[in-house]
Amino acid sequence: MSSRDQILSRVKANKPPQVKLPDVAVFEQGEDGAAEKFTEILNAIGGGVYYVDDYQELLSILRDNYPDHGRIYSPIPDVKALTDCVAIEGSSGHQFADVEWAVIKGHFGVAENGAIWITGDLMEYRSLPFICQRLAIIIKQNDILPTMHDAYRRIGDSTYSYGAFIAGPSKTADIEQSLVLGAHGPKGMAVFIMKDDSVYS
Amino acid sequence: MNVTGKDHAQLAGAFNKDTQRVNWHDETLWWIRAKRDKAVHGLPEWEALRETASKIKHNVLANLDTYLQQFEVNAMGNGVTVHWAADAAEHNRIVHQLLTKKRITRMVKSKSMLTEECGLNEYLAEHGIEVIDSDLGERIVQLAKEPPSHIVLPCIHKKKEEIGDLFHEHLGTPAGNADPQFLTNTARHHLREVFLTRKAALTGVNFAVAETGEIVVCTNEGNADMGAHLADIHIASMGIEKLIPQRKHLGVFLRILTRSATGQPITTYSSHFKSPQPGKEMHIILVDNGRSTQLGREEFRNSLKCIRCGACMNTCPVYRRSGGHSYHNAIAGPIGSILAPNLNMERYADLPFASTLCGSCSNVCPVKIDIHDQLYKWRQVLVKAGYTPKTKTAAMKIMSTTLASPTAYRLAGKAGRMVIKYAPFAVNNALNPWYKQRDMPEAPKQSFREWYNDNRKKKN
Amino acid sequence: MRVGLFIPCYVDQFFPNAAIATLELLEKLGVAVQFPINQTCCGQPMANSGYEHLTGGCNELFMKNFDGFDYIVAPSGSCVLHVREHLRSDEAPVKARDIAHKVFELTSFLTDILKVESLDSRFPYRVGMHQSCHGQRGLHLSQMTELVAPQFSKPGKLLGMVKDIDLIPLSRKDECCGFGGTFCVTEEAVSAKMGQDRVEDHLEHGAEYITGVDMSCLMHMEGILKRRDSKVKVIHIAEILNAQL
Repeated sequence: MSSRDQILSRVKANKPPQVKLPDVAVFEQGEDGAAEKFTEILNAIGGGVYYVDDYQELLSILRDNYPDHGRIYSPIPDVKALTDCVAIEGSSGHQFADVEWAVIKGHFGVAENGAIWITGDLMEYRSLPFICQRLAIIIKQNDILPTMHDAYRRIGDSTYSYGAFIAGPSKTADIEQSLVLGAHGPKGMAVFIMKDDSVYS
Repeated sequence: MNVTGKDHAQLAGAFNKDTQRVNWHDETLWWIRAKRDKAVHGLPEWEALRETASKIKHNVLANLDTYLQQFEVNAMGNGVTVHWAADAAEHNRIVHQLLTKKRITRMVKSKSMLTEECGLNEYLAEHGIEVIDSDLGERIVQLAKEPPSHIVLPCIHKKKEEIGDLFHEHLGTPAGNADPQFLTNTARHHLREVFLTRKAALTGVNFAVAETGEIVVCTNEGNADMGAHLADIHIASMGIEKLIPQRKHLGVFLRILTRSATGQPITTYSSHFKSPQPGKEMHIILVDNGRSTQLGREEFRNSLKCIRCGACMNTCPVYRRSGGHSYHNAIAGPIGSILAPNLNMERYADLPFASTLCGSCSNVCPVKIDIHDQLYKWRQVLVKAGYTPKTKTAAMKIMSTTLASPTAYRLAGKAGRMVIKYAPFAVNNALNPWYKQRDMPEAPKQSFREWYNDNRKKKN
Repeated sequence: MRVGLFIPCYVDQFFPNAAIATLELLEKLGVAVQFPINQTCCGQPMANSGYEHLTGGCNELFMKNFDGFDYIVAPSGSCVLHVREHLRSDEAPVKARDIAHKVFELTSFLTDILKVESLDSRFPYRVGMHQSCHGQRGLHLSQMTELVAPQFSKPGKLLGMVKDIDLIPLSRKDECCGFGGTFCVTEEAVSAKMGQDRVEDHLEHGAEYITGVDMSCLMHMEGILKRRDSKVKVIHIAEILNAQL
């Protein structure tokens, strides 16, 4: 018998009696935004939140607040057009290692934990939001959901090859519980909330 | 007993030789328990979430064979190769074969307690393959040639000065620099080079969704993603109990996992891996290694609900004062003590006794595993199977005979009190472990029943 | 109401004052209490060490002694929890369950059955309340810090009725003292350290007395207090509730 069949037959023989799945919809709080809570939590976990009218404003905030902003890379055509971000060669995902700011779109934010849901199609390369030195994510004003239950209801059965909730910069507290931002991934994270939906799309 | 021949009590005894260190270890973990409390008390629905999570996991155990097959079909449909490993050895062989086929001799690995359980690093090293752990805490204990002492905080037992020394020796940092920011930054540069040059990455799995065939990996550092996205081949190792039925159930588990673990509302990265990147490979290894046996142990199968948050360790007053290495098992603390005997009763017979049965572990457990009740039940099983010292069994038999007879009890009681009162030297010596750090109770003139006979019985 | 007094073996032998206070307190509250003289031990020391199969004799004796009472009351959360969970009999399983459910720890008997709202007692000292784990987490005598649930404390409510008592706060409200039955000798180092840390918390907050519902925890802490020549004393909660100083 193969290990597969052996495992499955043992599991089948040893499993406990049937129990029904509980309802998880009871925890949903609805579609109402909770921008204040989102900002509060994201600030607490080391991220910044900015409300902007357009991409121009986003870029000037990056330049003003982060003077040594270095190379900016974005898969968003509107951002590309506004910056001097040169075309980056390579197709393995390694080519972004010295990108200072990666600017990408996110689907929505979650108020209770400051996380943003982003799927592979928004990243160009999966490595981009991890290998860059700092990460900027853009979401629409109305796309902030209260809880993770609401988040999964929104995600539903949508298809993606890869998706991630990203909540703040990469961090570690492995050395004596001292919090350090920028363990491997981005040392900083800024969320830009686009006030006008039509600019975003 | 373990390979060093020392049991939990002996190892914990050694750990307690340095009181300052014990205090520091205890305070650090208690602080994490306090952060957990703060996080969960902010959610009025917390207890309902625990109950729901526990029920979902119960449903998983009751349908595990079906969910495993459903997961396999869906994962394969997503372009993932699925492997099955009956035990640790088979798991390690599969990983080795995958690497050999691609002629890869260096791999980067993010946190996976399963690979600790399987002894993967040692196995691959014997076969000429270098593994670098990318989680900072795991990298630190790897440099120190030690196992992790905690499932979430692998080097929680190490002081920053010791880490500074390790980095000085292995990564060339200046001697005496123990600044966490500086050391973390050094590790960042060191491990970036690793991420950029490794062609294979292995990650653990926090949750696997039967309905979609996707796996979810949670990290704060982003090391699982850095490894997996930059490598040509991503291998994910998971215990068969990591399944959950549907994607929406992640809402429950991602809410409870990190709040229980560190008090954070969520990990920085909760990554959903569904299909490999174009031109790359993704493999999932489903590992049994005793889990199907535990599933058949009615009293202990609930332990398979564990989501590896570590809350039971942080709250355990014994763990905090004995250190993770005293448990001589990949998984320490209360949950380790109920999982380990399933793998080897003889080797881990001491662990269920390394507890006062205070019950705090069961209360913090986000999936409501009856941990302390299982510790009690393992004790019964281990005694009956003959894995406790014979002297203890003899003493217990005398005790039970005495206590089952009112006459024998009265005589023994008198003798017991007499010893303390009139011959303190006979008891108050170093051979009595109680007396080493504690005084004996003073013997009263009369027992209660003697007083009762004098003051109530006679009047009646 | 026929109430049987169940006095744990080590309380009978080493801490008769706690047992006397329990009896007198119940009598003061108008309860007719009987102490079945042939009782010994509930069997917990064996069971917690993995020898529950050797507790048959203790179970039989317990049932023989406590058959026929409306309630069985004991000044110990730990022993009560053991009887509630593990008293069984092959010959009379129903009766065993019936008796097990009649066993009450003293403070919960006072608050839940007698519904005591006031006490004629006075104890003018600074007192630290130790939450014994089996009473608290096993019998739910008080709310537990781990849970997100409403606060309550049965022993706390009763201590609040005592005149002039000064209950001190603690840094860790419900951490185990490390006694743990045979754990106190088999895991000597950790057990003693837990006890020392628990005692330290009470001392730091200025306790003159440490009280609780379980004499075993108090005995453990007393051993540590005496070793460091502390003037701080341990006292069973029954003795405070019964005190008229």
